[in-house]
Amino acid sequence: MIALLKRDLMLAVRAGGGFGLGLAFFLIVIVLVPFGVGPEAEILARIAPGMLWVAALLAALLSLDRIFALDYEDGSLPLLATSPLPLEGVALVKGIAHWVTTGLPLTLAAPALGFLLNLAPSAYVWLFVSLAFGTPALSMIGAFGAALTVGVKRGGLLMSLLVLPLYVPTLIFGAEAVRRGADGFDASTPMLMLAGITLGCFAVLPFAAAAALRGNLR
Amino acid sequence: MSIWEYANPKKFITTTTPLVPWLLWGAIAVLGVGLTWGFFFTPDDARQGSTVKIFYLHVPSAMMAINVWAMMLMASVIWLVRRHHVSALAAKAAAPIGVVMTIMALFTGAIWGQPIWGTWWAWDPRLTSFLILFLFYLGYIALWAAIEDPDTAADLTSVLCIVGSVFAILSRYAVNFWNQGLHQPASLSLDKEENVADVFWYPALVCIAGFVLLFLALVLIRTATEIRLRRIRALEMRMRS
Repeated sequence: MIALLKRDLMLAVRAGGGFGLGLAFFLIVIVLVPFGVGPEAEILARIAPGMLWVAALLAALLSLDRIFALDYEDGSLPLLATSPLPLEGVALVKGIAHWVTTGLPLTLAAPALGFLLNLAPSAYVWLFVSLAFGTPALSMIGAFGAALTVGVKRGGLLMSLLVLPLYVPTLIFGAEAVRRGADGFDASTPMLMLAGITLGCFAVLPFAAAAALRGNLR
Repeated sequence: MSIWEYANPKKFITTTTPLVPWLLWGAIAVLGVGLTWGFFFTPDDARQGSTVKIFYLHVPSAMMAINVWAMMLMASVIWLVRRHHVSALAAKAAAPIGVVMTIMALFTGAIWGQPIWGTWWAWDPRLTSFLILFLFYLGYIALWAAIEDPDTAADLTSVLCIVGSVFAILSRYAVNFWNQGLHQPASLSLDKEENVADVFWYPALVCIAGFVLLFLALVLIRTATEIRLRRIRALEMRMRS
């Protein structure tokens, strides 16, 4: 499992892996928001929690199709499927690798981008914590969506249609936590729900993703 | 004699074909009675006037939108466990009906909401969760359409349906948390105290029965069509080889 994780991380970081693209996309979306809604600091501060979460979600979505598609094309996915590591484990590792290359940088960069949107000072902690807890769920749900559409030619659009509705609960609780943080309330309730969703995703979705991969490889 | 006999496509078609006209005419008759009763022989609501009558379309279609998904969930599980093709095809056949029911519930709700709430749409928990359900239906249908191999498609859509059910329920409660509602609580329940008055309740029940019959008729027709399509496909493949 660790070897697979290392391999995936290496592939992502080295040339052509698309590492950092998600981060750049995140930055661009956040920069575009003030152009769209106007630069008034008050309006920006009010929509900042939601916009940061939506932008992070879209940035995570952008790189999802890489999770399985490359391995499917060069034939290493059937090899992984016949390896001693169960396919559920493969799906889990792929989800984690996607998180390390996408969710983690997003989480680290988000507070810096919060300044651009004039996020309330009390919300930075919650932004960081909610993204740290929430983006793993995004990666794991995405791995499931990628597993479903791996056999489809140009499945990116289809995958967005499948995955985005699944992101709704994560987005609601994540953005709610930041919003409560910005308003100076206690944000632990949505945070706990968010953590629950993430843990639930990691417990259940590797099995669903593995079932989908088996269907695609048969 | 077991229910699994009907998993044989031929047996399924020969058994259900004679049933379809009965169901269809039954649906027309029951819906005709229910809607006529509801529209013309119930008093107008004291505050809402005659707009309340859209209730006879809104409530049954909303119920069916959810029940169709539940039926697809059962069919998907049966496909994954027992691999009966009829079951997978029934789930495929039901999805577009579910979409229509969802659109109908959203649409009649909007028409009703405009005069009563003063808005076509509000980001209310029930409305939002229905919109999400609609997106799930679209994704499900798109996945069926995207995959060439029928068995793979059945596998993948079944998995999507199961995972989607979990997330649909999750979204339902998440949305509740996010925004408190404008939509009134359920109008109909088995718990008598919360119900609307009997004058509205009986025609509504008749309408619901009509929608159920209509759904059964449509899903049987569509499943039979899917089975025949599958046969044509198999024949074509055989002719080519």
